Order: sequence, then structure tokens, then C-alpha cells
Amino acid sequence: MRALNLKLLRNLWKLRGQVLAIAVVIASGVAVLVMSLSALQALQDTAAAYYERQRFADVFSNVKRAPYRLVEPISAIPGVRSVDARIKQIATLSIEGFEEPVIGQLVSIPEQGEPSLNRLVLRSGRLVSLGHPDEVVLSESFAEAHRLKPGDHLKALMNGNQRTLTVVGIALSPEFIYAIGPGALIPDDLRFGVMWMGNEALAAAYDLEGAFNDLSLGLLHGTNPKLVIEHLDRLLERYGSSGAIARKDQISNWFLMNEIEQLKTMSTILPTIFLAVAAFLSNMVLSRLIATDRSEIGLMKAFGYSNWQVGWHYTKLVMAMTSVGILLGWLLGAWLGRVNTEIYADLFRFPLLIFRPDPGVFAIGALVSLIAALAGSLGSVRRAATLPPAEAMLPPAPPLFRKTGLSQSRLSHWLDQPTRIILRQIFRSPLRALLTSFGIALSVAVMIMALQWIDSIEKIVEVYFHDAQRQNMMVGVVETQSDATLEAFKRMPGVLAAEPMRFVSAEFHAGNRNHRGSIEGILPNPELQRVYDASGRVLDVPPDGLILSTKLAKKLDVGTGDALWVEVLQDRRPQREIPVVALFETYMGTPAYMNIDALNQLMGQRPSLDAVNLLVDKRQLPRLYQRLKTIPKVSAVVLKDAAVQEFNDTMAETLMIYISFFAAFACALGFGVVYNSTRIALSERGRELATLRVLGFHRGEISYILLGEAALLILVGLPLGCFVGHGLGWLMTSAMDSELYRIPLVIKAATDATAVLVTLGATAFSAAVVRRRLDHLDLIAVLKTRE
Amino acid sequence: MSESDQRQITLSGNALTKTYHTGAVDVQALRGVGIQLFEGELVVLLGPSGSGKSTLLNILGGLDTPSSGQVYFHELEITAGDESVLTRYRRDHVGFVFQFYNLIPSLTARENVALVTEIAMQPMDPAEALSMVGLADRLDHFPAQLSGGEQQRVAIARAIAKRPDILLCDEPTGALDSHTGILVLEAIERVNQELGTTTAVITHNTVIGNMADRVLHFGDGQVVDSVNNTSRQPAKELSW
Repeated sequence: MRALNLKLLRNLWKLRGQVLAIAVVIASGVAVLVMSLSALQALQDTAAAYYERQRFADVFSNVKRAPYRLVEPISAIPGVRSVDARIKQIATLSIEGFEEPVIGQLVSIPEQGEPSLNRLVLRSGRLVSLGHPDEVVLSESFAEAHRLKPGDHLKALMNGNQRTLTVVGIALSPEFIYAIGPGALIPDDLRFGVMWMGNEALAAAYDLEGAFNDLSLGLLHGTNPKLVIEHLDRLLERYGSSGAIARKDQISNWFLMNEIEQLKTMSTILPTIFLAVAAFLSNMVLSRLIATDRSEIGLMKAFGYSNWQVGWHYTKLVMAMTSVGILLGWLLGAWLGRVNTEIYADLFRFPLLIFRPDPGVFAIGALVSLIAALAGSLGSVRRAATLPPAEAMLPPAPPLFRKTGLSQSRLSHWLDQPTRIILRQIFRSPLRALLTSFGIALSVAVMIMALQWIDSIEKIVEVYFHDAQRQNMMVGVVETQSDATLEAFKRMPGVLAAEPMRFVSAEFHAGNRNHRGSIEGILPNPELQRVYDASGRVLDVPPDGLILSTKLAKKLDVGTGDALWVEVLQDRRPQREIPVVALFETYMGTPAYMNIDALNQLMGQRPSLDAVNLLVDKRQLPRLYQRLKTIPKVSAVVLKDAAVQEFNDTMAETLMIYISFFAAFACALGFGVVYNSTRIALSERGRELATLRVLGFHRGEISYILLGEAALLILVGLPLGCFVGHGLGWLMTSAMDSELYRIPLVIKAATDATAVLVTLGATAFSAAVVRRRLDHLDLIAVLKTRE
Repeated sequence: MSESDQRQITLSGNALTKTYHTGAVDVQALRGVGIQLFEGELVVLLGPSGSGKSTLLNILGGLDTPSSGQVYFHELEITAGDESVLTRYRRDHVGFVFQFYNLIPSLTARENVALVTEIAMQPMDPAEALSMVGLADRLDHFPAQLSGGEQQRVAIARAIAKRPDILLCDEPTGALDSHTGILVLEAIERVNQELGTTTAVITHNTVIGNMADRVLHFGDGQVVDSVNNTSRQPAKELSW
């Protein structure tokens, strides 16, 4: 091995503490990058493979009732590969040991053979068989939530008839990765479940013999679903279709893609932060290392090494340090990526998992961090390479200090000499001090950004569930019911108040912008479900016109006073221009409200409703549940308490993983920055500190000089970190803004405090490590040698 | 020597040995040294490099501990004390001057001296200490703005400003030319005479021995000879 390479290795070994500290920071960046990108890749691959294998449909539509003979002309639409005509119905279930009513989504499957699309993955038992109309296959998540297994029974209220169903199998479907019940925000496996039943059995139960009410299409590769949908909608228009949707708008897939999209956001912002810090750290270490290596550089040049060779020598040093980090980051990232993917796969219940991290991902991580580190150390390497040998061999002149304004002020009388040393050291290289403070600030900021999620989620729950929703239950009904239903609900046990709601699916057009959604009809002055305007005031619902959520208004680029062309997609499908009369703020979805009377009028219907909001005396709940289980045509029961619980649980599951990753990385950051800067300061100023010891200063007193400087920089870094953290929080919440939900930027004082304390802990730990070295300062060796 | 018996002993070392273990080799730096420094005297320790004189000085000054033997400061056995006793001893009683001045670059001359006076019991005013070494007009200069000789004189001022009982100088002129070196020796001489500080100077420059009360010759870890000068030659008359 060449002598220079040997020197390199020994240098690395001598600097192992700092090499490790830099490596940890680089590893964090690489790990986050590899983790996010590989998990992203795995989720996309897995979802795609799952969809492909189970023949997840490309286009979905529903109708009131359409005859089977329509399948033929539909199959003839250009680009259609296969058609699956099904029956989908809602039933109210009673499950032993579970008090609340449960909503069952019934989906038909052939009694013989497999469906041509949306095939099931059988987890246990078997599919339904011919001649046994009471057999059902349950979705795995629902079955597990209620501990149901093949052979068990459950009661269902189907089309007004009480039936006892037998579970014969447990299955998964690509169609219900996210199984969200009507009116619900997130999956609730206890209160909503998907069940597959024989086609003939379901047709018989709902009087749909020879007919279907749900349709899935598989398309030929490369077919534009838009053209097929236009064609299909024309065919189905008179059968009560509310319009077909492509796979991207299918609810389960839409949620899944949203989740993947968020992962993408995370995988860009965070690694950038870590790699920026790594660049700064390698700059800091290298420039100081070269300063202490001066005489060796001079010697190398005196022996005839060229500038280029000296430069390459130190470049290799940077590359070696970075490589340690990259290697660590690869391992950690691959492992975390796998863990992360497994967590998601578990959450989504993927029956298969494709984790094949792309070597490109690793290469990107390595390349980006190498470039960051090299860019950070470029200046120092150039300085080393161009140092004239004669100058390099001389000891550096004592650094020149100047009196600052501070030392001439009155304040200076109060400063003792050690404090002066600290302040002059900082003011001598303010940029370096600032960068150190900034590194610490980033550690605090990353922590705040992670913890801020908890505050934001709390805020969503508070505003969405507690302020806006005064009701504690929402009951949906199958098919639009007359106003008399409201009176019936009011008479039910425990009901203190009831308000009607309507849901009408519609397409909004404004110029060339469109949105497909629904209009929610509400009372003019709703007591239970309130509407707030952008400034947080309760909004009165005007007698006519639309009230849009700000997110929808933005999407359609309209404001109060503008008019929308509304195309209703159900019943008589009226079309009309409706003015936007007000805007309101919500964190969830993109709703549009309208006075319920005006909406009924638009539909040309008598006062009617699709759902009822209820305020219930909680002591009477068991009786109300009993009652709800017996009335037909209940399509949804959403309990607020349960929804809040589910919401919190789901958020906790996915978010906590990220928060703990970030917390660990933030600690690594804080530790790395403080350890490096104090450790280097120690090697630069060991002589000075040893002199003070010789002059009779105690260990504690000299620690004050070194650690006091660090403490001061930390002190500056902490508030700066809070400031940057709020900025990052804003960046992150803005990046997460989607049609699905908006994350409000809420950062509690306690969150700032926690982040500050955690960083203080990490920095205190690194200070303690350096302090140990200070205690073992070799006084004699330091004094005997010339600097 | 009868006269010297009545003088107070400030510092004494008995049967001092020091062995350094470096890797596989044991280096015996001191092989049983006995030494007494009397109040107010100026002793020069002469010897080639590696003869053990710096090791002795470090042990006498409480920077290092002997492998065996004792060091007494008046009645106090400092070799019996722990780390904090040594620190206390250095802080209150010993002034050090080194070949490489070891000034704090971020502090001015005055502040470098104040560094010590702030933690001393009965210090001089830093300006007074600096004027004793002839730097009354350089009080607010930083080390980088001072010549080598000036820096060394700041180091002497820093060492004597706390009015130490003992001043230990390790090759104080080693890094200086002869003209500047003499200025520094004059400062040491003045401190010794005016403040009566017991002073030990290490050097390999035999000429410097002429300014001492006593010259101890060092060789191979031992004191090989001790010479009392009948009269001290003033530092400014020295030349090399």
C-alpha cells in the first residue's frame, strides 16, 4: 500500500469519533432517502402486482337496475376486455356480542367459478356454492375485527327480511384495500364490513333477478378510460346511472394512491435537510483538519507531491468518511424500508409483498451524499492543495483577534477572562458559529416538524369532530326517503334532536374546470352539523345557492358571486346554473352545501332526505341500537365517538412510525453537530486549555471555556430551530394539502419545548463525551510541542 | 554552606524517580534526584536535552507526579495530594514560563495577565505586572501583535502577577535571539530581586548560569554537579 494511503487510513482512525459523527448524519440522510424511495417503490409495485393478479377493474359504474342483456353491447365498446355485472347492496348486521348496528356491504360473486374481475384472494374456507343462498365470504379485516371464522353465523337485515348468514370463507379483494363505509372518513372494521354472496342469492333477496346494479369493466392495455366511460354512460343513462368512474377515482384506490403520494413528499424534503447538514459538517471537520495538518502538507510538497496529489489525498479522505455514512445508510435504509413496507402492507392487507429495492435508489442516495460532502469540503481541499510548502511548514501565526464593540462597552467590566475567550472565539469566525447554531437549529426543527403532526391531528379532531359536529350519530338510509322518516327518527328511543341531510351526486363545471362530487343538502340553520366560514364564524345557509369548501372553490377557481354549471348525476339528472353564495373552511374532503329545500326543489322532489344527524342521550344508546337493527333501509350508521377513536388509531399507526424515525434522526443530527464542533475545537485549542490548567484552572473551569462556547451556540440554535421548525412544518403541511384532507399548521408550545429538550439532551450527551476527553488532557505533552 | 542552612527551604524534592512507559520501552527520566530550593534564590538547571531537567521541573511544579519520592512545598507534601491538590498548588503558589509562550491568542496582554489575577488570592494589578517586564505601553495588544520577546515577557508577567512563591521557567529564551533573550532574562532577574520569588530556570545555555545563585548540572536523570556562584552576573552583561 502506498504511504499516503496508509496515512489516510491512520488519519481516519485517529479521527474516528468525528468520522462516526459525520457518518451518522450522512447515514440518516441516506437512510431516509433509501427507506422512503424503496418503500414507495415497493408499495407501487405491490399494488400494481396485486391489481394485475386479481384483475382489478379499470372502470366502475352503478345503476338502479339494468337488465343482463346490456352486458353484450357494453362488451362491444371498443377497448373493453371484460365485463362483470354484479349486485351491490347494503344490509344491517347484528353480530353477537357487539351492541352497535354494523353496516354490511354485500357484493355478488358467481356461485360457480371465479368472477372475471375483482377476484378474491381466499385466506381461509371456500367461496360460496350453488344452492346455499345463506353462505357468505367475509373480508379479512372485518372478520378479524369480530373474530369471525368459517362456520360462524351472523344476522342480517336484508331488504326488510331478517336472515341468518353462514360464513364459509375469509377473503381479500383489491377493490376494498381501503374499506370505507358510507358516510365514514376512514376504515372502521368493527362497524363496516364487506361480504360476498352468491349472485343468485343476492338477486333473489333484492328482487333483482335477471338484472344488475353494479358494473366493472376491464380494459385492453392502453385504452383511454375516458372514451369508454362516455360510451358506457350513454348506454346506462336511462337505468339510473350516476356516471362511471375510472380506477383512479375508485375510493379504495384513491386513498391508497393518496397515501403513496404522501410518502413521496416525505422522501424529498427530509433527506435534503440531512444531506445539507452532512455537507456542512464535512466542511467544518475538513477545514479544521487541514489546518492541523499544515506541516504534513508542507512536508508532502517538499518531497515533491503535486498540488493535484495533495488535493486528491484529502478528497479521498472526504470520500472515505462519506462512504462509511453511505454504507451505514444503505443498510439502515434497506432495513427500515422493508420494515416500513411491511407495516404498510399489513395496514393495506396486501396478500403479497414485492420488496425489490431498485439499485438506482441506493445509487441516488450515495451520489447525492457524496456530492453534498464533496461540495462542502471543496474550499478546504483547494486551500490544502495550494498551500505553498514553505509556508505550510511554518507554524501558523497566532490567529489575530480584534476587540469587538462588546469588549469596549461597559458590559465588558462584568466579563471575566474565560467568558471573553468564549465571546472572542465566536466573534472571530461568526460564520462558523452561525453554521453550528444552524446545525443545532435543524435538529430542533426536524423534531418540531415531526411532533407537529400530533398537534395538527388534535386540531382536526377538535374542529371537525367536536366543533362542527354536534350530533353524536349519523344514520344513512337506502334510497331517498320522504320527510316522514325524520319524524320517525325523532320518536326513536333516546333521540334528543334530528336533522335531515341529502346527498346528491353531481358534476360541477366552471369554465374548463370540472369536479365530480356531490351536493349535501342541509337545514338553513343547522344546530347539529354546523358550517363555518373561513374566519371561523358559524355560517347561515342562505335559501338558495351553493356553499363551497374553499378547497373546492380553489379547484374550480371560483369565488362568492360566481356561478357554477351543475349537472346532477342521479334521478332526473337536472342541470342548472347555480351561484356560489358563500365559502367555508373544512379540513376534510371538498364538500359543497346547499339549503336542503332548495336542493329538493332542484331535484323536483317533495321534502326528502338521505341521512339523519342525531343527537342522542347516551344512556339510551343500547335501546336505540336495538331499534336501528330492526328497521330496513339503513345504509350507514356513523358514531362520532367511534369515528374519532378510529381516526386517532389510524393516524397513530401510520404517523407514529414516522415521528419516531424523525425523532431518532433529529437526535443524531444534534449529536453530530455538537460533537464535531466541540471535538474539533478541543483539538485546535487543546494547547490553550492545557495552559489554563497549568495556570491553576480546575477541570470545570476549562470545560466552561469549551462547553460554554458550545452552550452559547446551542442557545442561539434553539430559538432559531423553533423558527425554522415552524417553517418546515408549514412546508410539510402545505405539501400534504390534498383533496382528501388539509393539515392545519398547529404547533403547541409544548411541542416546541419537547423538541428543545430532546435536542438539549442529545447535545448534552455529546458535550459529556467531549468533557471526558478534557479531563484527560495531557498537560506536559501539549506544552512541550510547538503548535 | 553554613549560611544556607539558616535560609528557609521553599521547595524540596527527595529521591525522585520517574519512569515513562512508552510502548515496549521504559525510559527512566529521573534516577533519584534530591533538590532544595531556598527562599528568594535563583537556581539555573543546566544540562543537555533529554537529561531529565524538564521532568524535574514539571514534578516540582505539580504538572506531573514522580514514580517514587516526595516533593514538599514548605511543610506540605504535594506528592501525597490528588489532582485537585495539585491544581490548587499551581493556582496559588507556582508561576510557569515556557519556551513557547502559551499565551491565549484571543486575549490581550492585559487580559492574559488578568486571567491569572482573577483567580489569585493577592494578585498585583495586571498593568503593574506588565510594567515590571517593560511592557507598560503594550497592554492592549493581542499576542499576534507582539514580537516573540514581548510575548515571552507577557508570559512572565502572567506568571508573577499572582505573586507566586516559586517561578519555574523552562527554556524561557529557547525560541528567542540573544538580544531579546537577555531582555527576558532581565525581567526574570528583576522579579527575583524585587519580589524575592524563588526562581528556577532550565536551560542548556551555560552562559545563563552566570546570573544564578546556584547552578545545578544535570546528566542522565541525575544532578551531577552543584556550583554556588560567589556573585551573580547581571543579566544585561550576559552575551552568547
